[in-house]
Amino acid sequence: MSSWEIIQQSLPMFEKGFVLTLWLSLIGIIGSIIVGLICSLLQYFKVPVFHQIATIYVEISRNTPLLIQLFFLYYAFPVLGIKFSAQVCGIIGLIFLGGSYMAEGFTGGFNGVAKGQVESGKAIGLSRWQLARYVVFPQGFSLSVPAMAANVIFLIKETSIFTVIAIPELTNTALDLIGMYYRSNEYLFVLVVAYAIILIPLSIILTLIEKRVRYGSFGN
Amino acid sequence: MAHSGISVLLEGTNFTRLLGGLFVTIKIAAVALITGLILGVILGVLRTFKNRLLRLILRLYLEFFRIVPTVVLLFLFYYILPRQLNFNLPADQLATLVFALWVAAEMSDIVRGALISVPKHQRESGLAIGLNRYQLYRYVLIPQAMTLEIPATINLATRVIKTTSLLMLISVMDVINVGQQIIEANNHTHPTGVFWVYGLIFLFYFLIDYPLSWWAKRLEKRRLERANG
Repeated sequence: MSSWEIIQQSLPMFEKGFVLTLWLSLIGIIGSIIVGLICSLLQYFKVPVFHQIATIYVEISRNTPLLIQLFFLYYAFPVLGIKFSAQVCGIIGLIFLGGSYMAEGFTGGFNGVAKGQVESGKAIGLSRWQLARYVVFPQGFSLSVPAMAANVIFLIKETSIFTVIAIPELTNTALDLIGMYYRSNEYLFVLVVAYAIILIPLSIILTLIEKRVRYGSFGN
Repeated sequence: MAHSGISVLLEGTNFTRLLGGLFVTIKIAAVALITGLILGVILGVLRTFKNRLLRLILRLYLEFFRIVPTVVLLFLFYYILPRQLNFNLPADQLATLVFALWVAAEMSDIVRGALISVPKHQRESGLAIGLNRYQLYRYVLIPQAMTLEIPATINLATRVIKTTSLLMLISVMDVINVGQQIIEANNHTHPTGVFWVYGLIFLFYFLIDYPLSWWAKRLEKRRLERANG
């Protein structure tokens, strides 16, 4: 069979993997943003006890590889009687990892707000909440957009690691096909193209958004 | 009788085997980092030159390594080098090569970013006192860029160390692969061994990466404080 025929025949399977990669990424990214936002707010307002818990979680999550986190969820947790399907493990793992990256992104944004802004806010007598609501958050969120954008791309790429717990996303589909038919060139080509189709337009859109929100940063 | 799981770590040579696997992991990360950083600095400097073709090629190199997930990069080299180019490398050297090229790509962007953010008057003053291009980079731009890029470089190192967890996919005998063998061999006598072995590997990674990322954070904070006055 010619390379082209091989590629054509594999497309329906890649399509399934493509859709699954997108779905898992989407749920993972939304979950990560929620977890990250909660953690960064707990840290910003220094909520007693909870902000220490958030800090410990962030450090553990961001300093260990996703692969080990997934192995832990998928192979070690069932020993304790906690069992999830592979896809649920994948999503939990991705959110566990992504939450800390997003938290760091938001915190970086809040800390990046120029000192003069915060001091001026205090000087005109804003309360802690008003300072956060009207000064720090609006500027901090727009400052954190580049980090968020990098995290979104990073998390989509991390879904390729799901292959180790046999979730049939893009990478797993390609590796499966290679294992069955030994046509590594064709399947790897489709795989790279598939990631490019997701990531190139997305990174262009994210760059545009970054430019759009840059007006939010004063005094820098 | 089933033993308590944690004893799996202490039985026979299990613990030393895990440490041996960890050493393989660290060696690959270290060699890839050192070669990648050197290559990355050179590429980063080249990317600040005016030659458009050169800049385009280096940019494409960077974007390729950025867009393709590292898992896929490993498999690309794993399948394509031996089959198409008849270039056979043992899996650990192949992984070192892939990581080094990846580090070089990321590093080139860090270096370029740092070089162009050195204030313009520094470059102009250097040229005004008659430095040539080599001297300008060697004595003016690179030393100043270095302080800007150190936190990002440390963060890159922590990423590389985390990414070494993927080595098991191309059957390098790294710490995770050794761990899996121990789990499988002791599955009957230590049914909860899986928890302790993966737990220990989790801890290994944390103990290596946490100090590094803490250091990077501290440097970054200091730099911000200085910049913010």
